[in-house]
Amino acid sequence: MGDAMATLHTRSAARLMIAPSVLLLLAWMIVPLALTIYFSLLRYNLLMPGMEEFAGLTNYTYFLTDPAFFQAVFNTLAIVLGVLFITVVGGIGLALLLDQPMFGQGIVRILVIAPFLIMPTVAALVWKNMFMNPVNGLFAWLAKLVGLQPFDFLANAPLFSIILIVAWQWLPFATLILLTALQSLDEEQKEAAQMDGAGAWSRFIYLVLPHLSRAITVVILIQTIFLLSVFAEILVTTNGGPGTQSTNLTFLVYAQALLQFDVGGASAGGIIAVILANIVAFFLMRMIGKTLEA
Amino acid sequence: MGSITLKNVSKVFGAHAVIPSIDLDINDGEFVVFVGPSGCGKSTLLRLIAGLEDVSDGAIVIDGKNATELPPAKRGLSMVFQSYALYPHMSVRANIAFPLKMAGEDKAVIDKKVADAARVLNLTDYLDRKPRQLSGGQRQRVAIGRAIVRQPEAFLFDEPLSNLDAALRVNMRLEISQLHQQLKTTMIYVTHDQVEAMTMADKIVVLNRGRIEQVGSPLELYHRPDNLFVAGFIGSPKMNFISGGQAASHHAHTIGIRPEHLVLSKDRGTWQGTVGVAEHLGSDTFLHVNADGIGTLTARVSGDFAVTHGDRVFLTPDPQRLHKFDEKGLAIR
Repeated sequence: MGDAMATLHTRSAARLMIAPSVLLLLAWMIVPLALTIYFSLLRYNLLMPGMEEFAGLTNYTYFLTDPAFFQAVFNTLAIVLGVLFITVVGGIGLALLLDQPMFGQGIVRILVIAPFLIMPTVAALVWKNMFMNPVNGLFAWLAKLVGLQPFDFLANAPLFSIILIVAWQWLPFATLILLTALQSLDEEQKEAAQMDGAGAWSRFIYLVLPHLSRAITVVILIQTIFLLSVFAEILVTTNGGPGTQSTNLTFLVYAQALLQFDVGGASAGGIIAVILANIVAFFLMRMIGKTLEA
Repeated sequence: MGSITLKNVSKVFGAHAVIPSIDLDINDGEFVVFVGPSGCGKSTLLRLIAGLEDVSDGAIVIDGKNATELPPAKRGLSMVFQSYALYPHMSVRANIAFPLKMAGEDKAVIDKKVADAARVLNLTDYLDRKPRQLSGGQRQRVAIGRAIVRQPEAFLFDEPLSNLDAALRVNMRLEISQLHQQLKTTMIYVTHDQVEAMTMADKIVVLNRGRIEQVGSPLELYHRPDNLFVAGFIGSPKMNFISGGQAASHHAHTIGIRPEHLVLSKDRGTWQGTVGVAEHLGSDTFLHVNADGIGTLTARVSGDFAVTHGDRVFLTPDPQRLHKFDEKGLAIR
């Protein structure tokens, strides 16, 4: 920016021009945040209207000592890490496959992108009713075909099932980003490595992976932002259960606010979720800051 | 050692024969330059030798062994690419060491060979830098370093100097020639620049539309071009071609005379003309003369020869240096 806006005049003009959007953004962010903080300090339950009173940090202590809270933090991280692992590894694999010259490449690529265009609720319902249903699901049918007992995914492995569903939705995104990165790899570099005696595996390790590192970083960054707040998939499949086995922070806050009508506690949970997300973001930025600089 | 023989090699992309059929012998230790206009198939030919493209027909024999079906790494050749193709995330050291690492050499051996290569190429101070922190010439040297550590049978250069500025190009040309003197390894060098070809080659292969027009030493090609194409391609400024009555008087369809073999005079000579443009280089002056009844001729005269636009001059071709061609464009000797 320093170079592009050399004179004092242009710089102050630039500030003036961006002021409206900054103000708007600030209001958009500050007002809800301030209100949430305010609510989090009140005893505020929708079942007892008009009885709000200042409660100090009670809501926070209550939320933080709730055993469901720790389960929710663990589940949140499990969903983020699990989905990241599946989408990055699977995305690299799919990108490598789609990069090969083949018949009908264009159509195959569109098909691969399709899951990303499906609404989360619809995707989750399709998985719940058509794949994972222990009676009518495709997986149950496959299991019965080979003489096995059908497995009730959502009851017996709820968190894993949700990770699977969410990963399926995000895999196209990762694949797409990684595929474009892969296609930007200089052909001559690959040929040079070939001349240098590097086999396919060595070329992947020493050439392709380092080249993809930036794209992988972008995938991790963007996905983490969205994966911290997975909600619809949980709501329509397991409803956070059984018990709290598939409840993440977002869902816990929702349950607090709209199932128990505890606006104060939910607000406190929301603030805690924001703080945790910032901690994750901090580590994430430190971890990947280096890759983006390089 | 590093002799390479092409037997009846052809390359077809779809219905288009990029290289119809080529036979060529490259002796051990020779510096061979493939030269030709863009699209003449010279890079394809190099890639066929490297193994980066499969031949459609014919055989490639490297060092007495049939290498037609061998993968690139097994042919014992190293290649320097036009874009240098350095690995951007690796240091200079790791770049040069890469082929050795892939060959599974010892750490100590690798370190020694990399240090040797770096010394030869003046890269010792830059070993820990990344390619993007280097200048064009240094990158070029890293690419060469990566090629020489393997001690290949032959080096392949694919237009290695085309990304450098003019001054650096002259320098690197010299360095590559010196490297060839030092290593005495076979080198095959592809360029579209006939100056590079003339200055570096032991043997020049002139290619046009996938066919070899002529093979020979730089001076052979300069003095005895086989056909119009070679005559026009080799030498700068280009040879003047004259057809029609003037050519018929020499019993030829076309006659050619190089700009440096035209004697200029202000008062007498065979042909007369008006000076169009005079390009002063200092030591020489290139004159573009509109010769009466012949057309534009380029003449190279000493820088002292004082003429300007519009002057009348006389041109006399050196009869010993007159090239004659028949109607098919082949030289008459």
